[in-house]
Amino acid sequence: MSASFTIDGKAVPFAEGQTIIQAALAAGVYIPHLCHHPEFKPHGSCKLCTVRISGRQSASCTTLAQAGMAVESDTPALNDERRTLTQMLFVEGNHFCPSCEKSGNCKLQATAYDLGMMTAHFDHFFPSRPVDASHPDVLLDFNRCILCSLCVRASRDVDGKNAFALSGRGIKTHLIVNAKSGRLADTDVTLQDKAVRVCPVGVFLRKDRGFNVPIGRRVFDLKPVSAYVDATAALAKE
Amino acid sequence: MSAIPDPVAAAVAATVARHRQDPHYILQMLREIQEACDWIAPEAIDRLQQALGLPRTKVEGVAGFYSFLYTKPRGRYRVLFSDNITDRMLGNMELLRRMCEQLWIERGKTSEDGLVSVDTTSCTGMCDQGPALLVNNYAITRVDAPRVDAICELIRAQVELAAWPREYFRVDDQVRRKDVLLGAALAPGEALAAGCARGAEALLAELKLSKLRGRGGAGFSTGLKWEACRNAAGSEHYVVCNADEGEPGTFKDRVLLSAHADLVFEGMSLCALALGARRGMLYLRGEYRYMLDQLNAVLERRRQAGLLGIGILGREGFDFDIEIHLGAGAYICGEESALIESLEGKRGTPRNRPPFPVTHGYLDQPTVVNNVETFAASCLVALRGGAWYAGIGTSASAGTKILSVSGDCARPGLYEYPYGVSVSEVLAACGAVDVQAVQVSGPSGVCLAAGEFGRRIAFEDIPTAGAFMVFDQRRDMFAVARNFVHFFAHESCGFCTPCRVGTSLLRNLMDKLNNGHGSPYDFAEIEKLNRILQAMSHCGLGHSACNPVLDTIAKFRPAYERRLQQKEFEPAFDLDWALEPARQMTGRDDAGAHIGSVEKS
Ligand SMILES: Cc1cc2nc3c(=O)[nH]c(=O)nc-3n(C[C@H](O)[C@H](O)[C@H](O)COP(=O)(O)O)c2cc1C
Ligand code: SF4
Ligand code: SF4
Ligand code: FES
Repeated sequence: MSASFTIDGKAVPFAEGQTIIQAALAAGVYIPHLCHHPEFKPHGSCKLCTVRISGRQSASCTTLAQAGMAVESDTPALNDERRTLTQMLFVEGNHFCPSCEKSGNCKLQATAYDLGMMTAHFDHFFPSRPVDASHPDVLLDFNRCILCSLCVRASRDVDGKNAFALSGRGIKTHLIVNAKSGRLADTDVTLQDKAVRVCPVGVFLRKDRGFNVPIGRRVFDLKPVSAYVDATAALAKE
Repeated sequence: MSAIPDPVAAAVAATVARHRQDPHYILQMLREIQEACDWIAPEAIDRLQQALGLPRTKVEGVAGFYSFLYTKPRGRYRVLFSDNITDRMLGNMELLRRMCEQLWIERGKTSEDGLVSVDTTSCTGMCDQGPALLVNNYAITRVDAPRVDAICELIRAQVELAAWPREYFRVDDQVRRKDVLLGAALAPGEALAAGCARGAEALLAELKLSKLRGRGGAGFSTGLKWEACRNAAGSEHYVVCNADEGEPGTFKDRVLLSAHADLVFEGMSLCALALGARRGMLYLRGEYRYMLDQLNAVLERRRQAGLLGIGILGREGFDFDIEIHLGAGAYICGEESALIESLEGKRGTPRNRPPFPVTHGYLDQPTVVNNVETFAASCLVALRGGAWYAGIGTSASAGTKILSVSGDCARPGLYEYPYGVSVSEVLAACGAVDVQAVQVSGPSGVCLAAGEFGRRIAFEDIPTAGAFMVFDQRRDMFAVARNFVHFFAHESCGFCTPCRVGTSLLRNLMDKLNNGHGSPYDFAEIEKLNRILQAMSHCGLGHSACNPVLDTIAKFRPAYERRLQQKEFEPAFDLDWALEPARQMTGRDDAGAHIGSVEKS
């Protein structure tokens, strides 16, 4: 028998070196997450995946599973705090879901719905983040960036291009592209890049198609994010 | 050969050569380019990127992180007023306005002729001789109106910084009370020779016996840290001295490095002896740029004396050297894993821990990171033994602690006391009267009210990294907390959601209260932010960002209630304030340009 631990009382097996979220998702136990992606190394910035272990909270995507640990995840208190985090992400950027092509396929939107977020609660920051429409195939709408670094990691680790990075600091942290002009058109990014396809929100948009699947029939229109065993795989099929 | 030498090309080539084209030194290179060219132009990034074979994103990502690196022109003279609460209490804002008026510029903007910019920066570590400012990263102390006027003259006349009166740059040690450490007066090499005579194993045993704990804040046992690092497998072991000293109100590491640098370097060498390390690095905060040359001179003198380099003190195989890395305006780089990232030439983002630096530190190798004062204290242990050291202070807090005292008192400066000293003893010594509050260990620490001055400075009561800011009855404790909250919002690294957004939300809330729009509802909001920041943040900065507000609400509630003009919730949005951009654009500020309904009765 392999080693196991529990999440909300349910036994979850794990292999040596697996993080809590890896073991959980493999066992079909949903833990909210945004910056975690099964194909990439642990990152730990969004903190949506925070769980409680022996009274201490930590990010389940960067914490290794240990035999016998008792993890609390789906509790009202934790979900309250997670909802606040999604609200923070909403007010920090400019998210106008009704006009966003990613609506229904967006993990931020889906996670917020799932956590019962009804309003933004906080005052909006309304940052100025001009879009980059320079590239022939890809539009970048920075207004929606949640700084999860997935495109950064994909471009560096999979595409071998380092086309993206975070610059700035604190609330002024922002995504940059690998060009002196600062324009995507002047990079070597193509539609085939992994980086173009990992964004959990609607920053990267393909120019050659839009609303292929009508709103109402999209991944998270069909069922909530928590009901997917592998939401990432479902999104990849879109 | 081109007739006109390109200064950018020359600066890049020089710094790249100086650092042997090693991309780990990119922060040092950027800093040196900034010094040579006044800013980091796109062409400089081009050249640096090509010389190092790095993607542009990497260089721009790093350059964008540090406050003292500018990718837009900021003038030949870049003035930054230190904006700790102690500077505020000494009138720094009035002086800043005076300078801006004289130079005809707006705070934060570069003058049209590209000559000068004036802005604020986080505490520069000159609280006992403020108000202070930095010009092109060189510290000027004791700024007053005549000094501001004279500086404006020098800038307008475009006098080179090197030709400015030396007196402006005078930084005093102001040691008011010495104990075993500041009074030690060891000869260079004395403690190291004692350590060598004991040998690595025995040195570690003495260190554990001494009960010496880290002086940088967390208070981890130094002996256990060195031992764990020594036992960790790795191709190299590294010794890192944390001289980032970014906690507002702290300046004791500055004095240790200016007056007792040998002691600090010697402690690092003892650590190297214990670990078998060959390389050491001292991470000096960018605000202490003025000390770089003198510290390098001390290192050179120690090499000449056989106290650094190959075969130290004639011992075969004891090879160790130290280099100094300069920071560039980022408080978070005091957090040990962010510091290591910064040493590796990256953005100063705290790592996921575990693994800890003792096993996976610099270049993923076993690394000891200790505070300046910790290294200095280790020399006393090597020389006089662990039992002797453990006899000083209290049973849980061995030895002495250096306090950086500033604020409302007659004699600000350094006070070294054995652990266990009470707050009131320190207050009496520094000549503080009518004291309302003391902020111990900076904004991340604790705010004490008068009833608590009997408490003691010790790990078991009030632990501290050294700051001790005094506020008398005249002071508005809300303004103190608001200043600290602005500090955290400015210094959040931005990596994790709760702190990146939460510190800005908290800042906005405090500004809302300050502008008279607060209601009791906002206290609940502060509580809520505190819960999220404490429970969900990635590192200590986020964990403690709400401390100053919670402490002051609990202990100085009237300071908040004075501002609560609203009994019911009121939005932060202010119609009149929203017209401000329009007023600026049209250059109007008359009554007609304001919304009349905001008249206050
Ligand atoms: C946000 C933050 C800032 C810190 N700044 C400093 C600092 O400026 N100097 C310092 O010595 N330690 C600082 N620390 C503590 C270090 O992470 C680390 O614990 C310390 O350098 C270890 O040395 P010590 O054991 O000698 O105290 C900071 C920690 C945090 C979380
Ligand atoms: S663009 Fe998308 S993938 Fe990239 S950091 Fe922003 S949210 Fe993450
Ligand atoms: S808590 Fe703040 S400083 Fe620490 S990692 Fe998160 S954003 Fe950065
Ligand atoms: S999913 Fe774990 S921190 Fe983002």
